[in-house]
Amino acid sequence: MSSREQILKKIKGSLRKTQTVHTSDEQRNQAVLARINQHPRGIIPARTSLSRQDLLYHFCEKVKASEASCKIVESYEKAGIEIQKFLRQHNLPQLVRIGTDQRLNKLGWENEPPQLLIGPSDGQDLVCVSHAQYGVSETGTLVMTSGPENPTTLNFLPETHIILLNKKNLQESYEDSWAALRQRYGKEKLPRTVNMITGPSRSADIEQTLILGAHGPLRLHVIVIDGK
Amino acid sequence: MKVSSSNFKSNARQALDDKQLQSALNHVRNNFISKRSKARLDLPEFDALRDNARAIKDHTLEHLDFYLEHYERKVVESGGKVHWAADAVEARGIIMDICRKTNAKTVTKGKSMISEEISLNEFLAANSIIPVETDLGEYIIQLRGENPSHIIAPAVHLNIDQVRDEFRKAHTHLSPNRPMNEPETLLGEAREILRGKFLTAELGITGANFLVAETGSSLIVTNEGNGDLTQILPRVHVVLASIDKIVPTLEDLAQITRVLARSATGQEITVYSTLSTGPRRKEDEDGPEEYHVVLLDNGRSSMLGTEFSEMLRCIRCGACMNHCPVYQAVGGHAYGWVYPGPMGAVLTPSLIGVDKAGHLPNASTFCGRCEAVCPMRIPLPKMMRSWREREFEQHLVPPAHRKNLALWAWLAKHRRLYRLTTGLAARILAIRGGLSKRINKLPMAEGWTKHRILPAPEGATFMKLYRRRLRKGR
Ligand code: SF4
Repeated sequence: MSSREQILKKIKGSLRKTQTVHTSDEQRNQAVLARINQHPRGIIPARTSLSRQDLLYHFCEKVKASEASCKIVESYEKAGIEIQKFLRQHNLPQLVRIGTDQRLNKLGWENEPPQLLIGPSDGQDLVCVSHAQYGVSETGTLVMTSGPENPTTLNFLPETHIILLNKKNLQESYEDSWAALRQRYGKEKLPRTVNMITGPSRSADIEQTLILGAHGPLRLHVIVIDGK
Repeated sequence: MKVSSSNFKSNARQALDDKQLQSALNHVRNNFISKRSKARLDLPEFDALRDNARAIKDHTLEHLDFYLEHYERKVVESGGKVHWAADAVEARGIIMDICRKTNAKTVTKGKSMISEEISLNEFLAANSIIPVETDLGEYIIQLRGENPSHIIAPAVHLNIDQVRDEFRKAHTHLSPNRPMNEPETLLGEAREILRGKFLTAELGITGANFLVAETGSSLIVTNEGNGDLTQILPRVHVVLASIDKIVPTLEDLAQITRVLARSATGQEITVYSTLSTGPRRKEDEDGPEEYHVVLLDNGRSSMLGTEFSEMLRCIRCGACMNHCPVYQAVGGHAYGWVYPGPMGAVLTPSLIGVDKAGHLPNASTFCGRCEAVCPMRIPLPKMMRSWREREFEQHLVPPAHRKNLALWAWLAKHRRLYRLTTGLAARILAIRGGLSKRINKLPMAEGWTKHRILPAPEGATFMKLYRRRLRKGR
């Protein structure tokens, strides 16, 4: 018997011992399929039952609480200018790595546009810009999906990460993001990587002192496009 | 990892005498508890979520076989591979096989308690493969040749001087006069060195906080981002997880993660929660080309359906140890195996046998705080008591203990004699305590008084007072 069969058999045997009412394997299998099919929502914190605008403010507050910065702009044109401004403020070169996300083509620049490097990161980049799939207001979390549009390496290798989010994609809870992901990728399917990011990387492994900038970015700037 | 749980008593004695360790343990006492408590207050639904998390996990365990099969099907559909391992030997063999096929020389690792459970690092090193721990705490203790002393803060037993010394010894290519005073510079140094490893490793091994049956995904949570670099940069990603990590759906996952970070570090959510599903897709330009899951049983299927089954709900948040007066006093290493604190006191005998786990189920004051804070509402004290009973039944309790217990039991059954003895003892202790009313040393209980001062009993025994009050009609 393979280990697979052996383990499954043992589980069945152990479970049978405790059954008070007899449930057949078929019934148990049906219960599993039903739960996966219906994926019932549990308890959703009431904190995000807010108007659209307040949901946005709540999101930004939570982003800031996670030690990241947050800026709301009116359009993609303005988002580009905000990127340039952020780079200047932090004394960073006007050189950024991005993926092929179409929405990034709409970024507007003032004066000289920054130099754009396109494709995954090899670890040499100081600044990467990605577009989030969703934002979760509950905790100020950004939901990033893998693919050439926004390669996953951009989320972890640079020292400074700038994430754009369209307010249209702002969700109340994680559960809302799951629903949207199902719509986009199909039932019981996900892209290779879904990163839920809340703040820049950190460690407290030396005497429990919190230090920002562990293996991932040291600085995270979130720009929300709130097109009226 | 070598088991030294049966030496709990002597381990604990050493720990109590270790001044450095005692000062490091203050971080546990001060930090974790207040942070969790604040996070709990900030979320009014916290306790309701705990109940739901518990119900989800109970349901999952009752249907574990079918959830595992569904999970496997989804991993395969997404292009990944599932390897089932009955025990540590089999799991190590599977991993070695994948390493060989990958031609791996360096393996980066995200934090994984299962890897500790199967002593993977020692095994890889013995087979000429260099394992590199990438979580800062794990990296530090790997340099020191130690095991983690806490399931979420592996180096919590160390202070900054020890880390500095270790880095000086290990990073000899750097100037010995470099500034190393601040924790920031030490972290920067580790980041620099590990960055190189991330980019050259051929294979990355991570654990999994959860496996999602619905989508065949593994979820890891980290604050450092090391787990993510471990799984996206090397050509091959291996997930090492035990069969109890399954949750049914993404919704169920969200319920449980809401209580996980809050109970662990007091964060609302860990910085990175990453779902990985299979290898990179056709259109992807980064991510691993192969995705393997090693599903380990190692004794868990036999825990199902026993009085210790509820332990399989554990999500490894560490709250029970943070709040445990015994853990706070002796730290994690005294427990002598992978899992310390109350969860370790229950899990260790379940996984390696009560004969080897020795005193662990006794390493408790039965104050009940662990159960009170456990997000999955695991009745830890009850289970520790069950182990004690089994230990006693199997005659694993040392003869001296058995004799004393038997004597006490006999005495307790003889009311008058019992009262006489306890009354006498109280008076003797009161005299011994003298004016200071304190006892620093007590024959036959040196182990107890060595690190504590026993207040001398004042006045009469409870029964005497009780009778006096009855007489006064109060
Ligand atoms: S037993 Fe409970 S408190 Fe302890 S680690 Fe497990 S889930 Fe957390």
